[in-house]
Amino acid sequence: MSLWPRLENLLPQVQKPARYIGCEQGAQAPTHGAGIVSWLLTYPDTYEIGLPNQGLQILYEILNERDDAAAERAYSPWTDLEALLRREKIPLFSVDTHRPAGVFDVIAFNLSAELTYTNLLNCIDLAGVPIHSTARADSEPLIGVGGHCTYNPEPIADFVDFVVLGDGEEVVGEITEIVREWKDTGRFDGSRRSVLRELAKVAGVYVPSMYQVAYDGAFIAEVTPRFADVPATVEKRTVADLADWPYPKQQLVPLTEVVHDRLSVEVFRGCTRGCRFCQAGMITRPVRERPAEQVRTMISDGLARTGYDEVALTSLSTADFSGIRQVIGETISDAGCDQVSVALPSLRVDAFTVGIAAEIQRARRTGLTFAPEAGSWRMRQVINKLIREEDLYGAVESAYSQGWRRMKLYFLTGLPTETDEDTLGIAELARNCVALGRRHHSSPSVTVSVGGFVPKPFTPFQWFGQNTVVELSRKIGLLRDDLRQNKGVQLKWHDPKATLAEGITSRGDRRLGPVIEYVWRKGGTFQEWSEHFNYDLWLEAMAASGCDVDWYVHRHRTDDEVLPWDHLSAGLHKDFLWQDWRDSLNELGLEDCRWTPCYDCGACTGYGIEHVVASTSPPAGGSQGTGVDLSQGGAVPVVLGKRPRAESNGDDPQPRRLVGVG
Amino acid sequence: MRIRIRFSKHGKVRFTSHRDVARIFQRVLRRAGLPVAYSQGFSPRPKIAFGLALSTGHESEAEYLDIDLDPERTDGLEMGDLPARLSNELPEGMAVTAAVVIDRRTASLQQAVTSCTWQIDVVDTDANTVAGAVARALAAETLVVTRERKGREVTDDLRPGVLSLDVEGPVEAEEDEGSRVRLVAELATKPRALRVSELLGALDPPLIEHRVLRLHQWTTNETDARQRSNPLNAAASALVGAT
Ligand code: SF4
Repeated sequence: MSLWPRLENLLPQVQKPARYIGCEQGAQAPTHGAGIVSWLLTYPDTYEIGLPNQGLQILYEILNERDDAAAERAYSPWTDLEALLRREKIPLFSVDTHRPAGVFDVIAFNLSAELTYTNLLNCIDLAGVPIHSTARADSEPLIGVGGHCTYNPEPIADFVDFVVLGDGEEVVGEITEIVREWKDTGRFDGSRRSVLRELAKVAGVYVPSMYQVAYDGAFIAEVTPRFADVPATVEKRTVADLADWPYPKQQLVPLTEVVHDRLSVEVFRGCTRGCRFCQAGMITRPVRERPAEQVRTMISDGLARTGYDEVALTSLSTADFSGIRQVIGETISDAGCDQVSVALPSLRVDAFTVGIAAEIQRARRTGLTFAPEAGSWRMRQVINKLIREEDLYGAVESAYSQGWRRMKLYFLTGLPTETDEDTLGIAELARNCVALGRRHHSSPSVTVSVGGFVPKPFTPFQWFGQNTVVELSRKIGLLRDDLRQNKGVQLKWHDPKATLAEGITSRGDRRLGPVIEYVWRKGGTFQEWSEHFNYDLWLEAMAASGCDVDWYVHRHRTDDEVLPWDHLSAGLHKDFLWQDWRDSLNELGLEDCRWTPCYDCGACTGYGIEHVVASTSPPAGGSQGTGVDLSQGGAVPVVLGKRPRAESNGDDPQPRRLVGVG
Repeated sequence: MRIRIRFSKHGKVRFTSHRDVARIFQRVLRRAGLPVAYSQGFSPRPKIAFGLALSTGHESEAEYLDIDLDPERTDGLEMGDLPARLSNELPEGMAVTAAVVIDRRTASLQQAVTSCTWQIDVVDTDANTVAGAVARALAAETLVVTRERKGREVTDDLRPGVLSLDVEGPVEAEEDEGSRVRLVAELATKPRALRVSELLGALDPPLIEHRVLRLHQWTTNETDARQRSNPLNAAASALVGAT
């Protein structure tokens, strides 16, 4: 069954062959056979990007722990290997035992970015499976997808058999049981439709072919289930308590370099800061913290088992974890003299957070990254990123005074109601940060990274018409002109054309299937990679399929419009989102419901769950969502006078740890 | 305290690079709980030193690695247990086959190794053609190749680096691929390491490697150039001499 003997003759001809061999610490070679449902967990991008994906690793372990399941992994082969595979007629393969993808019962993809959709089609095709779900035979694998993009799976509805909404930990078992029964009864002719129908009844599982879309001109009239026993609305799955799921227990340690090559411990899931542009924050509510004791065990066991010298504490905003300071302190003292570093991938913008960073990054203070997201207080109220200038300057001042020299600031442009004044506020903030830095260093540097805003489903901005490529380019141009004279500020920006392509798929409907297929058929894979991204191909595909870019991307939606994902639910009430959209336009900030009363967004109330947060009070420092008087936000003047230099604590003669903050 | 280990690399893991192997060992040493010494400075690194890089895709019986241990933490360290202890943590296909304590003054692997013996299976060529190519190369006074270095064409004579070259006869290949011709070559590493692919490319007709296995690395006795030894024995006997 193994394709290895054929593959090994090809590998000397490709770049980085180690990404195709498997052999990672933690890799498994599960038993396949009757009564065992085989899953091929696939990431539709390169191994380097896909291997660290925690979602796939968690499911890999949970499935392999079951007697009735076997899980292996696959990743998109790079273009050089793909060409050889196609020439030699070798299908997509698992890296664990190098089995052909087509022999698995389920091929399940993690979709974290819309621009990987063409790679999804490419993997299905390389597996030897028809790309259209309607063309698949009973003997062929079921194609499933999960991950953040699947909250609007309509653009890929033609290509997938089932979609999982939300946390996968519990639902993969339920799916396995249904597929096992199908397998046991011999997958007789025509049984594929009945297994899909069974799957459609599982909470959190959406089977696109069981729903029918009716149109009213260009608009969707309604999406209705084809059968009475198929639910009208598919609700997401939410794991109530992370303490029940201490996974991954055996994180995969790759033999070759990957992104985020370190131990990862998820400290909490969900975020209720309420940033209105942030889909991740909206769809993963409520906040579920892992018990500190479990975090500590996962760190120490994980470090001992893997041999990693760095651990990342992951979440959407790790400084918000109750007792973060203590956990970090313990990690560092547990590790003793073993040079362990701690990384906080998402820093909050305030001095408190910088203080934490300072504790874990005694050595090598090179750069820190903050995400104020918008250049003016008005704009930040619109997007509910309630960071006052005082917070940012406090954080930056504190960082410079403690030895960091380079700051990276992330911003979005093309936000609702954004004026040129708001855009130019970005330059102003950056200049002020450099000025603060001059008090501590002769040549401080600030990198400003600007991304074009793409409205996402299940956010208050889902009704907003995305800025055009021309408008985004104009705004970036404004910043370039304004910053031209400024030494110390580097401006970087995301290609507005890629932002447009993302916008097409982000809020599209089923009529976009042919567009994605067109781009794929013309060789448009790896669209996340700037060297492969092909803007003209997307426009050509839209035109060829009779889809209007303006209508799909740049048009504001109204409250009575049926959105393509209205039959799916992330728990959030549509009227909560609409109210939040109105509040946004009125520049009204909303506090974090973790520490203040509930707004009944639906994420807890609808599912009978609640926040799991150890501390009942907000973290020290910073104003974001902590109930301080928000009206004073923009009024804090920046005084650039001389201040006493902060006591340096960077004089530890034997630096014990390094860190990858930012 | 400095130790030198020998390890092998076979099978799927042959596709990892030299850098990958360095990273693998850093983690393996931590997992095995070896008291490795770390460098000082802002980015402390384990003090380990590899010998000649093995090309990605080549296998080996004879890779070497020097490791500095923190003398304050070596109590109770059993050298006899080390190969098994490290092999347990290595990925499938890699194993530590020997470990000795060496003197800190022992020449580094990069300095000490003067040649390597390679087993080379070549891609589909009949035995007579291979034998002819080998005979011509051995009979030739020079094996001149031109190659690009820093944008300039340079010529190089490979012949002095070919210390021995023998045809080992056809070997049974996997599955239905017929038989393969196997060569065994000793190639010098000084003044620069002669690569297997360079040698095969310089033959007439040129041959293409299918599988390559490093069998030995050799060090030369300083006083008697004909006496060669492997880096473990050389270093271990130096230590005996020193004490
Ligand atoms: S239901 Fe209430 S407490 Fe839960 S996330 Fe929504 S607003 Fe917050």
